[in-house]
Amino acid sequence: MAILEIDQLTKYFTLNPGVLGRILSARRMKVIKAVDGVSFRVDPGEILGIAGESGCGKSTTCMLIARLYEPTAGAIRYKGRDISHLIKADLKEFRRQAQIIFQDPYESLNPRFTTFDLVAEPLRALTHCSKDQLSRRVSRTLELVGLKPEEYKERYPHQMSGGERQRVGIAQALVLEPELVIADEPLSMLDVSIRAGILDLIRDLSQRMNFTCIYVSHDLSILSNISERLMIMYLGKIMELGWTGDVIQKPLHPYSKALISAVPIPDPSHKRQVPNIKGEVTKPIDLPPGCRFEPRCPNSADICRKDIPPLRELGKRHWVACYLA
Amino acid sequence: MVLKTLRAIGEFLLEQYRIIKVHKMGSFGSIVILFFFLVACLAPLIAPHDPWEYLYDENGKIATTESPSLKYPLGTTLMGRDVLSQIIYGTRTTVMIGLVSGLISIVIGAGIGLFSGYYGGTLDEVLMRLTDIIYGMPFLPFIIVLISLFGRNIWFVIIAIVCIVWRTSARVVRAQTLSIRQRQFVQVARARGCSDLRIIFRHIMPNILPLLLLYTAFNIAWSILAEAGASFLGFGDPDQLSWGGMLYDLWISGKTRSAWWWFISPSICIILLVSALVFVSRAYEEVANPRLKER
Amino acid sequence: MLLEIENLRTQYRTKKGTIKAVDGVSFSIREREVFGLVGESGCGKSTLVKTIMRLLPSSSLVSAEKLTYKGTDLLSAPDKDFRERILWKQISLVPQSAMNCLNPVYRVVDQIIEAIEAHSDRNMEKKEAFERVEKLFDIVGLERRLLKSFPHEFSGGMRQRAMIAMALALDPSLIIMDEPTTGLDVLVQDRILRRLTEMRNEIEASILLITHDISVIAQMCDRIGVMYAGRLMECADVFDLFNQPYHPYTLGLKNAFPNIRAMDQSLISIPGSPPDLIDEIQGCIFEARCPFSIPDCGEARPEEKQVNKGHFAACIRTEAVERFRTLAGEKATWQSSKSIN
Repeated sequence: MAILEIDQLTKYFTLNPGVLGRILSARRMKVIKAVDGVSFRVDPGEILGIAGESGCGKSTTCMLIARLYEPTAGAIRYKGRDISHLIKADLKEFRRQAQIIFQDPYESLNPRFTTFDLVAEPLRALTHCSKDQLSRRVSRTLELVGLKPEEYKERYPHQMSGGERQRVGIAQALVLEPELVIADEPLSMLDVSIRAGILDLIRDLSQRMNFTCIYVSHDLSILSNISERLMIMYLGKIMELGWTGDVIQKPLHPYSKALISAVPIPDPSHKRQVPNIKGEVTKPIDLPPGCRFEPRCPNSADICRKDIPPLRELGKRHWVACYLA
Repeated sequence: MVLKTLRAIGEFLLEQYRIIKVHKMGSFGSIVILFFFLVACLAPLIAPHDPWEYLYDENGKIATTESPSLKYPLGTTLMGRDVLSQIIYGTRTTVMIGLVSGLISIVIGAGIGLFSGYYGGTLDEVLMRLTDIIYGMPFLPFIIVLISLFGRNIWFVIIAIVCIVWRTSARVVRAQTLSIRQRQFVQVARARGCSDLRIIFRHIMPNILPLLLLYTAFNIAWSILAEAGASFLGFGDPDQLSWGGMLYDLWISGKTRSAWWWFISPSICIILLVSALVFVSRAYEEVANPRLKER
Repeated sequence: MLLEIENLRTQYRTKKGTIKAVDGVSFSIREREVFGLVGESGCGKSTLVKTIMRLLPSSSLVSAEKLTYKGTDLLSAPDKDFRERILWKQISLVPQSAMNCLNPVYRVVDQIIEAIEAHSDRNMEKKEAFERVEKLFDIVGLERRLLKSFPHEFSGGMRQRAMIAMALALDPSLIIMDEPTTGLDVLVQDRILRRLTEMRNEIEASILLITHDISVIAQMCDRIGVMYAGRLMECADVFDLFNQPYHPYTLGLKNAFPNIRAMDQSLISIPGSPPDLIDEIQGCIFEARCPFSIPDCGEARPEEKQVNKGHFAACIRTEAVERFRTLAGEKATWQSSKSIN
């Protein structure tokens, strides 16, 4: 029984040129199809990685699942219930169960709050804990993320390093003991030598606290290390989805192949293959009617230009959106 | 409960003093403000005479327009009243009007600014157009119009001042709110389940606090100037004694050129207190915008 | 030797104290060599670049036993000399986030021409300058049809290449690239790095490549310097550094980079945080976070020892490195009483 079912999830942003723009320069309303009909399932307890370059829709997808955006169309079913348009009390109930870890530890913490207040805030906003209960839960969560409560409770964000701040951010997300945690590139703003610690923390906690994790990142090396299943997105659509090992070692979609061969290796003697791809990534505006990847694909055929290829299951739980795979 | 509130206010003021005194002008300003505040509180105890009392000299005649002496350190008015006592009681009125108007106007202005900036959309449009209309009103003349409409009572004076003075803080607070609203921790707060009101007051407001305090000082200064101006032009409350009112009495007595003590005393008080408030707001400006601090 | 640096120190004076951003760094760059300087945030690599390019604020103090370029002392050269003879003609810079440095209201080709005219000796004719830019576009792999376009019509990767073109404009012998691919998508990064590698054969310049990404360094560089908290920890030929690292910090860094070809590899963090650069540190600056430190490490600053041909490491315990290399691969080694990061 999947904990999360995403069904034709769509999010369009409109760029409105305004009345004057339309009259003076005949500019139409531009539609950014950030996420365009994305469907997948997430199993309880798993870590699903979502990869892709900028503009692929992975961040928008995670914002949609966290309900920081509302979908333009499609459904997000959490434990069977469509949460796409929940409001007020129902939305609060959802938030108690699904939380998000943000990317930027320098911007996601309110500079006026102490660590204690930061971690207590979700409890204060969403529960009716007594002062004692609050204090205990906050201390327990701080310990879970590796910060000694007595040392860190009264500290302000500017008194902490990037890694410590990110741990506070994680504590803030986990204090409610959510069942679904979305991680939006939690490591990209941290120094390399401390990333491993935070990654391990997320992995450990997902086992100990038994939550499902959706990990969004542009860094395939990190995803190869933490995610169990991997999904690759391009211009708002899923290109490939499968077990991480399968996708990385036996990629089926030409985009996945190119992406993986482009990842730099920390080994000077290893000569990478030249990624088999042409052109540059475009914005999800004014898209062609067929496969989104076709303009850059080395193998395209006529059918690729006509219709968007559906996701087909080609291997054991290995899905590809390509006519020619 | 009352004790807790008083302690909280006390701690708050002490914290503010610590912030301000770093700035030299701010130190000076806060001492002057404290001085006037104490004078206002202790007026009945320190004023040598009743400010309305007609004073007589040894010959039984009214001690009219006497220049400063040991007996009357700041001289007397045309009607034989002690200028020093008038100044002291005038401090009371001025401080009271300044504080009340200033505080009410910042609450209104900040409230409008916060809600306008946070919600945007129609609410923002409506509130900002209202602010624009009030901005279009000339400061003092309009206050005078309102006083004439409401009546020449100290509370109506306060209301009239509040009606105009809130406008600047509304605009500025809205601008700051707009900018803070974009910062990621606000989105984070929403993700953590905070309601809109909670976000506005718990998350956004503390981040604009230096700005709010800056404009509180400013609003109080503007209120004092407004009251002084209105009273000087004869539109103040005739039953209240204020520095502006003293200048009005001076003016209609025709002794402006000759009774210099009567002219200088209220003028200097107005200048001192308003400047002190501006200095304090400058100190807050540096806190609100640390880039102004020297390297 | 093209660039020789010996014992360079750059300090920023602040109200709180003196920040020793670069604290006695020595290395040299040969002709036609790609030298990589790798290190995390705060290690001093950007300050080093600013020191060479004279972009430091007035509150800074620079001293060195030697800072020479082709024999000319860069420290004592008068400003006018530096601007007219060295800047952009001999040494040029592709700054960090260079793609954001283009003025949006002018065409890209005009901005490069402006750079050429500003630094060139002789008065180039507009036509000549334009042809030069055409050639530059070819070198960096930009299509000629983009010459007349504006920056917003370029993608991030294209803008970065335009900035590289600008740096190449006057045929410098040393190009400094500060984080040239940070912030770019991996396919774009790959393309730029490949282009740079191909370019090496066409141009005769040396490159000083500054980055925090050890994989980029592995792909691009001939020699590498590892910086930490303002000091140089290790300096070696790229293969030597990867196959036989000597310094514990290098060992730690290697563990921290995930390798997509080794998915089961255990990633290990270095516990703790870099030290405050205002503090006076007596001994080894990495001592507080090093799992192999002994009391002697805190006594005196370790000298840069030669451990191999062309390979230097600033550590007093290099004889035990074989054991360290094995231990460093285990998580338990790094999980010590050192504080959390």
